[in-house]
Amino acid sequence: MKKLLRGGRVVDPVNGRDGAFDILIVDGIIAKVGRDLPVDGATVVDVPAGLVVVPGLIDMHVHLREPGQEHKETVATGVTAAVAGGFTAVACMPNTSPVNDSATVTSLILAKAAAANLARVYPIGAVSKGQKGELLADIAELTAAGCVAITDDGHPTATALLLRRALEYAGMFGIPVVEHCEDPTLKGDGVAHEGYHASRLGLRGIPGACESLGVERGVLLAELTGSAFHVAHMSARGSMRAVRKAKEAGVRVTCEVAPHHFTLTDEALGTPVPYDTNTKMNPPLREAADRDAMIQGIADGTVDVIATDHAPHHYDEKKVEFDRAPFGIVGLETAVSLTFDRLVHAGHIPLRRMIELLSVNPARVLKLPGGSLSEGAAADITVLAPDLPVHIEAAKLRSRSKNTPFDGWQLHGGVAATIVGGRTVYANSDAAWKE
Amino acid sequence: MSLQELDTRPAVTALRRKDLLGIADLSPEEIALVLDTAVAMKEVGSRPIKKVPALRGKTVVNLFFEPSTRTRTSFEIAEKRLSADTLSVAIGTSSVVKGETLADTALNLEAMSPDMIVLRHSSSGACHLLSRICRSAIVNAGDGTNEHPTQALLDALTIRERKGRLKGLKVAIVGDLLHSRVLRSNIHLLTKMGADVWVCGPPTLVPAEMKRFGVQVTSHVDEAVADADVVMLLRLQLERMEGAYFPSQREYFQVFGMTEARLRLAKPDVMIMHPGPMNRGVEIASEVADGPFSVILDQVANGVAVRMAVLYLLAGGAEHEEAA
Repeated sequence: MKKLLRGGRVVDPVNGRDGAFDILIVDGIIAKVGRDLPVDGATVVDVPAGLVVVPGLIDMHVHLREPGQEHKETVATGVTAAVAGGFTAVACMPNTSPVNDSATVTSLILAKAAAANLARVYPIGAVSKGQKGELLADIAELTAAGCVAITDDGHPTATALLLRRALEYAGMFGIPVVEHCEDPTLKGDGVAHEGYHASRLGLRGIPGACESLGVERGVLLAELTGSAFHVAHMSARGSMRAVRKAKEAGVRVTCEVAPHHFTLTDEALGTPVPYDTNTKMNPPLREAADRDAMIQGIADGTVDVIATDHAPHHYDEKKVEFDRAPFGIVGLETAVSLTFDRLVHAGHIPLRRMIELLSVNPARVLKLPGGSLSEGAAADITVLAPDLPVHIEAAKLRSRSKNTPFDGWQLHGGVAATIVGGRTVYANSDAAWKE
Repeated sequence: MSLQELDTRPAVTALRRKDLLGIADLSPEEIALVLDTAVAMKEVGSRPIKKVPALRGKTVVNLFFEPSTRTRTSFEIAEKRLSADTLSVAIGTSSVVKGETLADTALNLEAMSPDMIVLRHSSSGACHLLSRICRSAIVNAGDGTNEHPTQALLDALTIRERKGRLKGLKVAIVGDLLHSRVLRSNIHLLTKMGADVWVCGPPTLVPAEMKRFGVQVTSHVDEAVADADVVMLLRLQLERMEGAYFPSQREYFQVFGMTEARLRLAKPDVMIMHPGPMNRGVEIASEVADGPFSVILDQVANGVAVRMAVLYLLAGGAEHEEAA
């Protein structure tokens, strides 16, 4: 089975390519990348002008909700949304029911992913048994079963001591600890960023320092243990400052920012729809200075990864009073368009940097195959349409849940096709992709 | 001089809006209209037969998810004086204890075609949620720590009765600013009407970015009270005080409590207001609450008139009556 992607602009930062190249795929593997490759019996796919061929995008922070919360999302619906969003792989969080703290749960997720056969799924295991913050989970067992990192995401690791031990122990397997950075006492029963808009709407506040304290704690423990520490869904400018300083000091820290945190601010709490529960997430939408600090960190290289924190919730759960609604929004199907619109076309980053943030670096942080179009690698490829006008319609999302604050948004840039293991698993009928 | 001559004469004759969710949405003209209408409604309450037919045939549901004596009673009396058919649903007797959502409770009530729903709820924004899903007019009777618009309106009516105006008055609001919906509604109303608003409380109980609300913020109560025309005390919400916001009620009273001595810093004709229920000896000394400057019971009396005005105007006011 041979396929030749011919004539498109290829952006492959790892191999230093940015220009017109052909890609020959044989049996799901990238066999050859070069100029004017011979057809040699391959099915030819001419890449339309204006589209860009890049290494498959990887979202290292999604909640697939299975097992246990299948009314919100399943592995199958989640990977359907992933490929529609241009992602050839996702890493899924362990706060399922039961928690992914055992090979049994990890294997179940992987079996569901294999059955769905769309995006690749890399489970992330729990730091602690049941995510209760008491005993370490069976991390060797989790790693052997296929987990690529550990986290108690949804909550911070309960104590500094447990986080220290998790870092030390995970270091033995070469996997990072992904941390939801937060000081629970400062969060209290807060529901929105502590600032003007929460004050005006009478919503209980969560200050940026709540997150930054967690970042500082993790950075210090990463330095103490020498292990790899990854800051999930960073939102506050104090956190960015902490990560920047830690990196300068040589600490093994990486971080991610979600599209909603470089796009929206806490102003969205009150407008256009006051108390819209689709503006409620944790960490919360912060003020403009924080949003600008996220963009700055993305532009200057402090931020390693854009990850969505895709957090599906059923509409029943969101159609309640603001303070009773669960935190989180879906993100898989809007991330690429928001990144194009708000970062690339806005002039903050070049396309190459976008590919580093969405493919190269998540692969590097989690030590995944992928992140490049190297010969011999699996043919996980995303075809981007930088100039595609995209109209976000919540009702048309493939995710089982539709909880997005971007319903009705018109954005510039999207996905044309998603190829996993040489097989086209998503082709956008609005883009010019044909095969 | 009549009240109309002192304040802006209203250019509007009805609240051309479906709901009263908060003072934040109202224009100064609409606020003046409610206050002027309340003056007329107050006259109804002084008649031997305290009833007008303005809301005859209208059904008003008072949906109270939080305990409330004053506000609920006040709304019920206002509705009855306007001849509305009313019923009150309090938590504990409703389906909410069986796990029904607010949206479902509201939709079930809606199915019985009420004209208005008066909602008191512990969550900020609960009225906005209902407003989006209900055809009925929603009247906010207090939502979480967001707003309590009829309280601010009755406060304004009380001030205007005594001072003849709102514009230019120094109003000091002292107490738990963080948890107070009365504060937010009063700030919106008083700043819209041109008052000079000072807010004061311990820094632990001041919401973030308070200065951006167009008010003076201080933690020195003497500075807030100095030359004030009005001093409004806010209740310390002792049930929400698990978070160690201040060391003790005793210390709070020493630092912020409104005493006769402190009150001497204010203007000689200062008004003392409190939305109730009071914690005597915590935010206010009994001598002040019961003293000659206190208008606390006038506030309660004006509550009925203001709520009559709001319900009447939301139902269409004079325009509705002419059409009928």
